[in-house]
Amino acid sequence: METPLTQYIKPDRLPPGIEDYKKAGGYSGTIKAIKEMSPSDIKTLVKSSGLSGRGGAGFPTGVKWELVPVDANGNGYKYLVANADEMEPGTFKDRYLLEGNPHQLLAGMIIASYAIGAQKAYIFLRWAYKKAEAIIRKAIAEAYDAGYLGNNILGTGYDLDIYIHSSAGRYICGEETALLNSLEGKRGIPRTKPPFPAISGLFGQPTAVNNVETLCWISHIIEKGADWFRKLSLTGEGGTKLYGVSGRVRNPGLWELPMGTTMREIIYDHAGGMLEGYKLKGVIPGGVSTDFMIESQLDTKMDFASVRAAGSRLGTGTMIVLDDKTCPVAFIHSMIKFFAQESCGWCTPCREGLPWVEKILASFENGTAKYDDIEILEFHTQYMAPGNTFCAHAPGAMEPLQSGLRYFREEFVRHINEKHCPWR
Amino acid sequence: MLTDKEKDDIHKEMNQYPYPEATCIDALKVVQYHRGWISDDAVEDIANELKMTVDEVDSVATFYTRIYRKPVGRNIILLCDGTSCLVMGYESVYEYISKKLNLKFGETTDDKRFTLLPVSCLGDCDHSPALMINDDHYNNLTVNKIDEILEKYL
Ligand SMILES: Cc1cc2nc3c(=O)[nH]c(=O)nc-3n(C[C@H](O)[C@H](O)[C@H](O)COP(=O)(O)O)c2cc1C
Ligand code: SF4
Ligand code: FES
Repeated sequence: METPLTQYIKPDRLPPGIEDYKKAGGYSGTIKAIKEMSPSDIKTLVKSSGLSGRGGAGFPTGVKWELVPVDANGNGYKYLVANADEMEPGTFKDRYLLEGNPHQLLAGMIIASYAIGAQKAYIFLRWAYKKAEAIIRKAIAEAYDAGYLGNNILGTGYDLDIYIHSSAGRYICGEETALLNSLEGKRGIPRTKPPFPAISGLFGQPTAVNNVETLCWISHIIEKGADWFRKLSLTGEGGTKLYGVSGRVRNPGLWELPMGTTMREIIYDHAGGMLEGYKLKGVIPGGVSTDFMIESQLDTKMDFASVRAAGSRLGTGTMIVLDDKTCPVAFIHSMIKFFAQESCGWCTPCREGLPWVEKILASFENGTAKYDDIEILEFHTQYMAPGNTFCAHAPGAMEPLQSGLRYFREEFVRHINEKHCPWR
Repeated sequence: MLTDKEKDDIHKEMNQYPYPEATCIDALKVVQYHRGWISDDAVEDIANELKMTVDEVDSVATFYTRIYRKPVGRNIILLCDGTSCLVMGYESVYEYISKKLNLKFGETTDDKRFTLLPVSCLGDCDHSPALMINDDHYNNLTVNKIDEILEKYL
């Protein structure tokens, strides 16, 4: 089984420096792309590989790049942004790539920037990733010294600078338009779409925003081709995927596996199954903005289409397991508390609705909830449904709540009947 | 007034943006690095340097969780109360720290040695419970590891 993204990552060892990475053939895709290929060749190849965004939404990467106008407007730059914000509880996949092999990301960013005609690129980094920041800064300096960044890269006449912006916190900055505002030094509040970032993005210029894991693929696809990429997967969706598991399993962690590996295999073979004395009660499949899945769905193939068909979303592919000794209401409450805190406050349903939901969930936990409160919670899942809020933050928050109310209704009712949390 | 060092650091950050206002967040981080937190004076200093209004800078400063608009202790403990850490038992770690330092979330010890704050995830979810002190991550926490960790921070 091939593991292209993680093959050079050795936990507890320093990441490969530029010399090691070059020796391993690491920058050969980049050299081939900017020396031998036209930007449109690259976009066509990435499109035909079927690579879809690993930031959660699964948008086809090649298509996104084609939306960026070929000619820059006026004399401003075009921009590429690597989204390394990764602030969703339960998510730790990009960190592994950033700390483990920074040159893989840079190699991909150079190609992506060349493909869309960007001359400036930013890495928008989660504030807590101090180690990753130091590692990437070093890698960027090495890449300048080696002539892969800066002016006239490898004698091709192509110029590119890559910068890091380490965030000052706020989950909403992972949303691509809020991210752009934050990179401009403003409050991280989402923007209206359209115009999409491809047309008017960073500093009003055409911009592509891609997730770290997405960008780490690019040099491999250039080097080995679209067919190779598609065949890595077990389903129609190409590539491998970083899957993570946290919660009360024997061996929590992160694995690169073929796209479409079943949830059962990930949780039982790789994460080692549940710890002694704990039973699996539910799974949040891809970050806290995805609907619960339950034991009868363990054989779901973990790709975008199959998880959607099972009523949830693949999201980031990093799962949180809910066990029978953790109160499902407390589990949901913790997710909603997060979303309420992280609401940017711009639109009313989210700013007012999430704290309301949070208070009601707290009342379940302290034993003061009433039967009507279940209906009020259900009302909010509609009230903050997609289309009713300015961005996808609040609808994302409602996903685990609506499925939680469906799957764990009995447990909600027990809190009301027994007037306290049965788990405490 | 910004010190020369602060000015220097801010101007270094400016190089990566097309205009000075875009440096606002980085400037706040620079000044916080030197002074520990962002006072009203600090907001004004940054506004002057970046040719922004005080309100503009403050609206940014108050938006971001990792910019402190109130005084904090010398060391900041960020204890994760995110979902994975809830499952893995952050609550017992909280109770232990809270009792030991006589602190609740949001408070600072009288000797200004520690401020304790909740945080919603540190990206250590596969090794939860987790906390961060200043720039250092600690994970797979158990109550009996805490004393030794805290001792490192004076
Ligand atoms: C509230 C919210 C938070 C998000 N956080 C992230 C994030 O931390 N990292 C990320 O890559 N994408 C995040 N996204 C998705 C981005 O908006 C965007 O779709 C993605 O970065 C595009 O990259 P991709 O096409 O490579 O997936 C978030 C979206 C929303 C609505
Ligand atoms: S849904 Fe929430 S996060 Fe999104 S714009 Fe509205 S208030 Fe902000
Ligand atoms: S939820 Fe605590 S580190 Fe991620």
